[in-house]
Amino acid sequence: MFWSLIAFFLFTVGGAAPQNATCLACHSQPGMTNSSGASVTINADHFQKSVHGSLSCTDCHTSINGFPHPAKVQPVECGACHTSEGSGVTESVHAKVGAVACLDCHGNPHAIVPVASPQSPVYPLNVPRTCGRCHGNPEVAKKYGFPNVYAMYMDSIHGFAVTQDGLLVAATCSSCHGTHKILSHTNPQSSTYRTNIPDTCGKCHAGPKSEYLAGIHGKQMLAGNGEAPVCTNCHTAHQIVRVARASWQMRTSQTCGTCHKEKFATYLDTFHAQVSALGYIEVAHCWNCHGNHDILPASNPKSSVNPANLMHTCRQCHPDANVGFISYQPHANPHDPRRYPGLWFTTQFMKLLLLGVLSFFGLHTILWFVRSAIHHAQGESERGGPEA
Amino acid sequence: MSSRAAGTPAAGSSAAEVRYHVRFSLGQRYLHAILFSTFLGLALTGLPLRFSHSAWAASFAHIVGGFAAILFFHKFFAVILTAAFLTHVGRVLYLGFIKRQRGVFWGPNSLVPQPKDLKDIYEHVRWFLWLGPRPKFDRFAYWEKFDYWAVFWGMAIIGFSGYTMWFAPFFAKILPGSWFNIALVLHGEEALLAVWFIFTVHFFNTHLRPDSFPMDLVIFTGKESEEEWKKKRGEEYERLHGRPEGETTAVAPPRWLKNFARLIGTFVILTGFALLWLTLVAFLKA
Repeated sequence: MFWSLIAFFLFTVGGAAPQNATCLACHSQPGMTNSSGASVTINADHFQKSVHGSLSCTDCHTSINGFPHPAKVQPVECGACHTSEGSGVTESVHAKVGAVACLDCHGNPHAIVPVASPQSPVYPLNVPRTCGRCHGNPEVAKKYGFPNVYAMYMDSIHGFAVTQDGLLVAATCSSCHGTHKILSHTNPQSSTYRTNIPDTCGKCHAGPKSEYLAGIHGKQMLAGNGEAPVCTNCHTAHQIVRVARASWQMRTSQTCGTCHKEKFATYLDTFHAQVSALGYIEVAHCWNCHGNHDILPASNPKSSVNPANLMHTCRQCHPDANVGFISYQPHANPHDPRRYPGLWFTTQFMKLLLLGVLSFFGLHTILWFVRSAIHHAQGESERGGPEA
Repeated sequence: MSSRAAGTPAAGSSAAEVRYHVRFSLGQRYLHAILFSTFLGLALTGLPLRFSHSAWAASFAHIVGGFAAILFFHKFFAVILTAAFLTHVGRVLYLGFIKRQRGVFWGPNSLVPQPKDLKDIYEHVRWFLWLGPRPKFDRFAYWEKFDYWAVFWGMAIIGFSGYTMWFAPFFAKILPGSWFNIALVLHGEEALLAVWFIFTVHFFNTHLRPDSFPMDLVIFTGKESEEEWKKKRGEEYERLHGRPEGETTAVAPPRWLKNFARLIGTFVILTGFALLWLTLVAFLKA
């Protein structure tokens, strides 16, 4: 009560907008709460050192110009100064779901430090954890129907670069999604909209991006083919792992197979796939023959699987490959008698042979067993005694 | 002799001494031993590739020591089997052409199918159906001849396709590249047939059927009792007994050999059944 009187005195005597010291005379007191019980204590020291330390309290708290405060205090409008950020947030998916205000990411408004400060919640190495407060929360994920991307990201190569290597250049959430104007990936303006992804990843991965755009996948994507893959179709968005890791390489063929179904099915029939399925990386996977970012159709003279280049491609693993050897059919379809008559015939013949031999002798064996079991039960046998 | 040591003599030979008929020579017994050991080795190192999508296949490959180790052992067993097979063929040709033993290629002692085999199949099936008496077989019954020739067929199909894949660049000079697509199908499917056939039909016909259960030791010891000879191969018994070629011996197979054979036989049959189960489940799932 005493301090209220002092404040009343200072405000009324001063007449003009109050100095920060005037506000702090009350608000630096520990345990101060407003009428609804929320803390209104300010740490003067933190505030002074913050990016806003040179501002007056009333620069932000515009509706307050004396004591007693108005019955209804207007909320602070950050966008009044931070106009582009403010309008960005207004357009963002966060505003659309009404979920996020400035302070949810930037923290205590009276202690905001520069982005470059390791204490800032939006310092690059802190961004994943800041976003993860909501995006790593199973309940929030459930409410808005998105996966727990925080856990996925933390286990990705980008996440490891942040948590283990502390790399400031590592991609964090905001590197791909932006900061204030974060848009849904379904919005064509979003940096994570399908056709914008090569540019988004290409901001850092410029080499793969130019290779990709030169390859058939990139060309098809630019031509408007909605089925053409972009970076994330193969690499995923949040679970990107080191491509040098065998466990990832083992899965790549299956990834290609999600679109190239027939080619994948015929690959599975080959020795390459058999050895690969046993868990060995030494044998050919799709990309060993076809390349990766710069995949070209076999008809293109530059393609690694163009007939003119096959010898070189096969010799990467089979140094003794010759003309006959490279006429091997790595995608022969045993169910296509017109294109692969020999293989089709062999497959059918072996099927009949197995069926024929096993059913003849299977039946023979069953009949024999029944007959001789009964024979034995009747006390007859071909046994020649225990010395047999 | 050792007859008492191994148990009571069989009924009908109460005259203390059991006499033995020598059915297989030492060479033939070794040949069978090499055949089944390498066959098992080839199956164990080959089936994981045929069923590479099964969990057991991958873990088996890891236990053996990886993809290179599996291929190494597969080729190792293949070479031994090939050598044994060629030695056998060489010996048959030597006996037939150099020693002029005409019985090798034709007649009751030959493994070449005879008209009697057709008759035997017919009569055996009639016996299965209670339509006639049990036929009397000669030295090699028709199902034994089938087993024998199946190895030739298998060696030709699996062996040839296998070697062409092993030395692919060499064979690619004379064969089209599409042969290697065919070779893998031939190799895998014929191997599957062989494995399923041996682990069911052969196991039953020779070892597990009530007349021989649990195991016919004659391929290990070379000898069977005169009584068993008479019952299982009546035609041969009647043809030979009392003659010099049908001479029997009182020398029983040594006990250690019988026990050793039982041990190996049990291991092989159990391994065979395990592989049979795993491959059948994998096949039906696919």
